[in-house]
Amino acid sequence: MSEKFDAIVVGAGPAGISCAHDLAKGGAHVLLLERGEYPGSKNVMGGVLYRKMMEDIIPEFYKEAPLERPIVEQKFMMMDKESAVTFSYKGMEWGKEPYNNFTVLRAKFDQWFADKAVQQGAILINETVVLECIVENGKVVGVRTDRPNGDVYADVVVLADGVNSLLAQSLGFHKEYRPDEVALATMEILKLDKKVIEDRFNLEDNQGCTIELFGDATKGILGTGFLYTNKDTLSIGVGTLLSGLIKHKIKPYELLEYVKSHPMIRTLIQGSEPQEYLAHLIPEGGYHSMGRIVGDGVIVIGDASQLVNAIHREGSNLAMTSGRLAAETILLAKEAGDFTEKTLDHYRVRLLDGFVGQDMKKYKDSTHHFDQNPHYFDQYIPMLNRAASQMFTVDGQSKWEKQKKIWKDLGSPKEKMKMARDMYRAWKVVK
Amino acid sequence: MDFQDYQGVWVFIEEKDGAVASVSLELLGAGRKLADKRGVELAGVIIGEHIKHLSKTIFEYGADIAYVYDDPIFKNYRTESYMKALLDCSAKHKPEIILYGATSTGKDLASAVATDLPTGLTADTTELDVEEDTGLLLASRPAFGGNIMATILCKKYRPQMATVRAKVMKALPPEPGREGRIVEESILLREEDIRTKVLEIVKETTKKVRIDEADIIVAGGKGLGSAEGFQLVHQLAETLGGAVGASRDVVEAGWIEHAHQIGQTGVTVTPKIYIALGISGAIQHIVGMKNSGLIIAINNDPEAPIFESCHYGIVGDAFEIVPMLIEQLSEVMSREGVSHV
Amino acid sequence: MLHIVACIKQVPDTKVIKMNPKTNTMDRRTAPAILNPYDAHAVEEAVRLRERYGGKVSVLTMGPPPAVKAIKKCIEIGADEGYLITDRRFAGADTLATSYALTKALNKISKENPVDLIICGKMSIDGDTGQVGPGIARRLDIPPLTSVNKVVEINKEEKKAIVHRKLEDGYEVVQSTLPCLFSVEKTINEVPYAPFPNMLKAAKYNPYIWSVDDLEDVDIKQLGLKGSPTIVSKVWAPPKPEGGTMLEGNRQEQVEQLLSILLKKKELFTIKGES
Ligand SMILES: Cc1cc2nc3c(=O)[nH]c(=O)nc-3n(C[C@H](O)[C@H](O)[C@H](O)COP(=O)(O)OP(=O)(O)OC[C@H]3O[C@@H](n4cnc5c(N)ncnc54)[C@H](O)[C@@H]3O)c2cc1C
Ligand SMILES: Cc1cc2nc3c(=O)[nH]c(=O)nc-3n(C[C@H](O)[C@H](O)[C@H](O)COP(=O)(O)OP(=O)(O)OC[C@H]3O[C@@H](n4cnc5c(N)ncnc54)[C@H](O)[C@@H]3O)c2cc1C
Ligand SMILES: Nc1ncnc2c1ncn2[C@@H]1O[C@H](COP(=O)(O)O)[C@@H](O)[C@H]1O
Repeated sequence: MSEKFDAIVVGAGPAGISCAHDLAKGGAHVLLLERGEYPGSKNVMGGVLYRKMMEDIIPEFYKEAPLERPIVEQKFMMMDKESAVTFSYKGMEWGKEPYNNFTVLRAKFDQWFADKAVQQGAILINETVVLECIVENGKVVGVRTDRPNGDVYADVVVLADGVNSLLAQSLGFHKEYRPDEVALATMEILKLDKKVIEDRFNLEDNQGCTIELFGDATKGILGTGFLYTNKDTLSIGVGTLLSGLIKHKIKPYELLEYVKSHPMIRTLIQGSEPQEYLAHLIPEGGYHSMGRIVGDGVIVIGDASQLVNAIHREGSNLAMTSGRLAAETILLAKEAGDFTEKTLDHYRVRLLDGFVGQDMKKYKDSTHHFDQNPHYFDQYIPMLNRAASQMFTVDGQSKWEKQKKIWKDLGSPKEKMKMARDMYRAWKVVK
Repeated sequence: MDFQDYQGVWVFIEEKDGAVASVSLELLGAGRKLADKRGVELAGVIIGEHIKHLSKTIFEYGADIAYVYDDPIFKNYRTESYMKALLDCSAKHKPEIILYGATSTGKDLASAVATDLPTGLTADTTELDVEEDTGLLLASRPAFGGNIMATILCKKYRPQMATVRAKVMKALPPEPGREGRIVEESILLREEDIRTKVLEIVKETTKKVRIDEADIIVAGGKGLGSAEGFQLVHQLAETLGGAVGASRDVVEAGWIEHAHQIGQTGVTVTPKIYIALGISGAIQHIVGMKNSGLIIAINNDPEAPIFESCHYGIVGDAFEIVPMLIEQLSEVMSREGVSHV
Repeated sequence: MLHIVACIKQVPDTKVIKMNPKTNTMDRRTAPAILNPYDAHAVEEAVRLRERYGGKVSVLTMGPPPAVKAIKKCIEIGADEGYLITDRRFAGADTLATSYALTKALNKISKENPVDLIICGKMSIDGDTGQVGPGIARRLDIPPLTSVNKVVEINKEEKKAIVHRKLEDGYEVVQSTLPCLFSVEKTINEVPYAPFPNMLKAAKYNPYIWSVDDLEDVDIKQLGLKGSPTIVSKVWAPPKPEGGTMLEGNRQEQVEQLLSILLKKKELFTIKGES
């Protein structure tokens, strides 16, 4: 039998690496297992990394981490077929240390981050798939990998294996997600000259921008698209609930092609060369979909526990925070020499009391609400575009006249009432 | 080292089934050009047992001199004995350039000789030239890094050496009766001093894929998507009675064995008809087939480099075009009674 | 007890790097570095011989510091020890300078634990020459055996090795004295999925790392670019061939044109069927 560890962390994504890093730093003997060729090799993310949560783990990481661009501008585009209403904030304070957030390419970032954990003393093994948890007397005592002589034992197993965590599922912690609890995202990394990116997006060296796309970007299916600037590539993608794709019988890459050829986007990506095509699930069920996250000898963190804030496209930060809290808990358990659910429950409490839990609760109804009410996307956004077009087209009509037309476009009094109600409800679910 | 002392272009002559191997004849053709440009003699070095008669052939193919090491000790190729003969010959007659076929024997020998001399050795050359006044050998080969060639020089050492791919150079038409000078050489080698012994030579009886001898080759690339998709190549090859070739990516994907790989790290082929389906046309592939008689390419990317190296091209989906072609071909062939055996 | 050294190299993964056919450039940024596939077979063969005869497997590489990764890969396959020689003075070496540097390292390894057998891959997928192996053998004055695809026997007491060398149309059985050097074909073995304990060992393993100064009797002039007789004088895109005639028209017309082109050579169709 091979040696025993204090903890085994399954999955070297932001959640698993954070956990392994802090465990090793705290003096624990920790093994980090990753199925990909190297951390990040299989990982997909549009690419916004939030500074705060990362700094809780590695202070001033931005001085050495392989980041693409600090973001100075965030845009939101409400798209119709041939138009868009754009809202944006650009602030120079975000372009200076300590920055707000960054675009990253996971293939590079995760590798760097994992190296940091290794430097702290974590043992990283790649290209190894964990098949199942080894359970003895109702307690998780280790994992079985797909390699010959592949059983390894530890006091605690941390499941950080990402969305759909099959491992947590096989422990009975959660059921398989319904198509309306996960989004399927597809994205491409497009190569484009650095200078061209900066000119086209009105950026200086070492400045980046993000554009979130709503409405026609997903042909009205619940979901969003995004276009982010990296150093000399762009990340473009769309994500929609799986249920939406099924209902509209559309293939994810068709949706991506559609966005890429959209008149509002086409010009921004013109002349670029596709470098990589990626697809991945995002858990979007929110608080309601969260299953059990603690058991005897086991903790579930990151996407594996459905920790994603769909509304604010946050995920990696929640993953990191959950990883950090799990590490903190395990170190306490180690001190106490007790790895039962009772002790490990500290993790759940800390998580739900903190911003992660608060945010998850805050947005608990959002995905479901918007999924049930597709008209937000397929009616109101086009309406907004028509209104803007009316307002800004100079054609000799008085503004008074125009407002009247816009008002009429909103429909019958009954429809107007419904819309007002919808707006209030939308505000309620995300407030 | 006085470069003036080094003169002449040499070819290491390989024997195959009692005759001069075709790669050696090709090298004599290439060597002749270099020698003429430099105004020097072309020599072949023949090592073996009972091989003196090969001199006649090499003279007909352009050599002026044959250095012959004929001794039972050279019965089978062995690095040590052959190397010693070649080193001896080189020390005595000081050539400016030595060319070897990039065969397993040629590469083995050249690597050893280069280390002992020592001198530079360029592997798997596909183009050769020489600077007329300095005698500097310009040996070019596809380089790692894509569709580029690199020219490799050896400025400070003589002789300069290169191994050259089979089938990329052209043999001269033989000139019956053309004569040359035979120089018989020998070195003192005792069997006990040679550390390797060939115990047995086993000819593989299983039928080998010999795509390098086929008149028609249908080759497929990664564009065919899968091992099943690659069956399309087999189908067309069968209809035409041709052999099946492949790009390296296909071989690495495991759709077909390495023996079918065409290109820099596979075989070089010169069929009369070469049809490429779903092959992009990387230089490493092109060098292995560019001398084919008629090259036809089908690829759905109009920008694919293969279209620059073909005689006829169709932009389109191979899965659409090839079945149509097979159907019509079969029809014509059965109507006109052309059928392969 | 045999001491076998496998010479290995880290290379960019040519399967992954995709060329931009228009600009003839390759995106090295994303090019992952891997263990030269041929060398994996070299290490595997060394490991199998160790299982058969007992002994120790060391791996040796010359390369930049990240080549430690390739060494770890070899530990995963089952090697016991790894040596990296790395120094800016090695940089730019051609095959002659490479075999020189590796020989100096082999001498040092041999001092501690005499080497009985050296195994190289048939070739590296970037250098692509297959010259380094025989070069090392010549410098150490031991017999080089290239194209080895089966090891029949190694006998340390009798100082002999018997192998199959692949020939164009079969193979030959060759006996050599020991120590000697093999360059192995990919067909010599299959590299199995590494067992977990090896993975664990590799994750923790730190190889020996030597610079030029750690080696003995080194003539600096024979290292790196300076010690390389061959130089790449220019890199050029081959002149674009004329390009062919593109067959135009609709599908049916295109196929018909193609058919008539092929039928002009239809005499070829008949002969090949049997071969
Ligand atoms: C298109 C897209 C855009 C996104 N954009 C953003 C964004 O801009 N900002 C943001 O913060 N978040 C974003 N997210 C969400 C974010 O990517 C995730 O929340 C985050 O990656 C979760 O981290 P994790 O460590 O929990 O899981 P993952 O990153 O998925 O990592 C799980 C790891 O476990 C490994 N693994 C899985 N199963 C096994 C097994 N059985 N054995 C061994 N290893 C295994 C996997 O290979 C993987 O490396 C985006 C997601 C997508 C899909
Ligand atoms: C040192 C070295 C040595 C090498 N040696 C060799 C060698 O000996 N031989 C060799 O071949 N390569 C060799 N290569 C690899 C070479 O560089 C290329 O990577 C390889 O030839 C590409 O193979 P491909 O054309 O099959 O695949 P790709 O480059 O992927 O091309 C596939 C093509 O198929 C087209 N296509 C896709 N779908 C269809 C369809 N439905 N119908 C028609 N067309 C379609 C695509 O447009 C594309 O052009 C070597 C590389 C290196 C670095
Ligand atoms: N830098 C290196 N370090 C160690 N071994 C090498 C190196 N380069 C080549 N080799 C060995 O020599 C073989 C042939 O390489 P090459 O001559 O580059 O084709 C490889 O398969 C390795 O076994």
